[in-house]
Amino acid sequence: MAYSAKVMEHFQNPRNVGEIENPDGVGEIGNPVCGDIMKLYIKVKDDRVVDAKFKTFGCGAAIATSSMITELVKDKTLEEAERISKQTVAEALDGLPANKMHCSNLAADALHKAIEDYKNRKKKNE
Amino acid sequence: MERKIYLDHNATTPVHPEVLEAMLPFYKEGFGNASSIHSFGREAKVALEESREKVAKFLNADPLEIYFTSGGTESDNLAVKGVAWANKKKGNHIITSRIEHHAVLESCRYLEKEGYEITYLPVDKYGLVDHDEFKKSIKKETVLVSIMHANNEIGTIQPIAELAGIAKEKGVYFHTDAVQSTGKLKIDVNELNVDMLSLSAHKFYGPKGVGALYIRRGVRLTPLAHGGHHEKSRRAGTENVPGIVGLAKALEIAHSDMQEEEKRLKNLTEAFYKKVTERIPDVFMNGHPVLRIPNTMNISFKGVEGESIILNLDLKGIGVASGSACTSGSLEPSHVLSAMGVPGDLAQSSLRFSFGRSNTMEDVDYVVEILPEIIAKLRAMSPIYQK
Repeated sequence: MAYSAKVMEHFQNPRNVGEIENPDGVGEIGNPVCGDIMKLYIKVKDDRVVDAKFKTFGCGAAIATSSMITELVKDKTLEEAERISKQTVAEALDGLPANKMHCSNLAADALHKAIEDYKNRKKKNE
Repeated sequence: MERKIYLDHNATTPVHPEVLEAMLPFYKEGFGNASSIHSFGREAKVALEESREKVAKFLNADPLEIYFTSGGTESDNLAVKGVAWANKKKGNHIITSRIEHHAVLESCRYLEKEGYEITYLPVDKYGLVDHDEFKKSIKKETVLVSIMHANNEIGTIQPIAELAGIAKEKGVYFHTDAVQSTGKLKIDVNELNVDMLSLSAHKFYGPKGVGALYIRRGVRLTPLAHGGHHEKSRRAGTENVPGIVGLAKALEIAHSDMQEEEKRLKNLTEAFYKKVTERIPDVFMNGHPVLRIPNTMNISFKGVEGESIILNLDLKGIGVASGSACTSGSLEPSHVLSAMGVPGDLAQSSLRFSFGRSNTMEDVDYVVEILPEIIAKLRAMSPIYQK
């Protein structure tokens, strides 16, 4: 198994690590088999994701996909953000090893959960 | 130049220069087939039998009881399946432990499909097999017990002599996988009281692709492969003479300074653990504090996944292993740590440091200098770590 240079670059210098105070949406996702856990925080303004931060317990691929999605999602409309898939993230990283494609590629799921959380919160406030 | 530190000697070791030296003539002028009757063959045969005698001497066995194989996996397969098949009429029950190497565990699972009944013994938090459970599990259908000598992940040493004694009283064959202990500890098949013992050359500075199975005289066993009459018809196939010569030489070298090396390695691993605990909070040793092979130290770093630590250490030239799901190849964390009751997240966080001949106290200091920063960085991005 070998990671692409891009995966290693994101793994070594992950972007947007941390938590957002008073986030508009939080998505937490865990892989019950291997144990990876990812928490993604988003800030939304005028239906656009203006900030995203993450915390991840997982392997190199888990960290790199987390980092990548925070970059991909910034300044995207919610609709655009919802279209970001596991495949989008993997391609942006110049690919992932086959065995990592599903187990450590949780970032898209976490993002979709965070958006769902945002929408639920909004509904409650309406 | 970038510093390189290898701390994965339980995975494999480099071939000792003297071992390579001993092997080379048998790839060149001594290339003959040990089964041929001409001078080329006779030269190979002499080397083969001298190697067998050497190995037998170090194990306190008879040369007729040493069978050369392609390595630990084949030796384990031959012992487990071979005895099960040959003793089918006597019984269909086999006892092993939950922390065996996959070569034994998967052989047992295969036999289960053939209708054999397997007992997988539990272990305690240090990785030791429960004596009473073991005694209780032996029944009249039991034909074989296979329990490893030293565990590859945590290093825990089982009291094989006692366990084998219990099996012997009941007339049950006892096999031990000594792949991780051979070359590190003195191995005496009579003191250990075992009927079969597996070993592999590349774990003690010998070449890859060669191992041996000790089979006590009188043990009935069906071969895995059928062919020529090599190895008294128990292991068909032209003997890997250079490899076998290398195995014997490596064992000889291991025995030449075993006590000193044992002491030195114990010193290194203990100093390493002490320094790690002084500099990094929330770390836990996995395995037995005393009953452990001298070179192995398995540590969990709370809140941080193993592969992410390995990658960071690799970037600094340090090679280690982990029991995390990502590195186990099975998508699940180490079966050994799970059997010991180590919680999932701590199994995910485990690293195995296995020291060897090349390592010094300077290596220990270098690693403990680098490690705290890596752990702190990863903990800062961990959603499950709280100070």
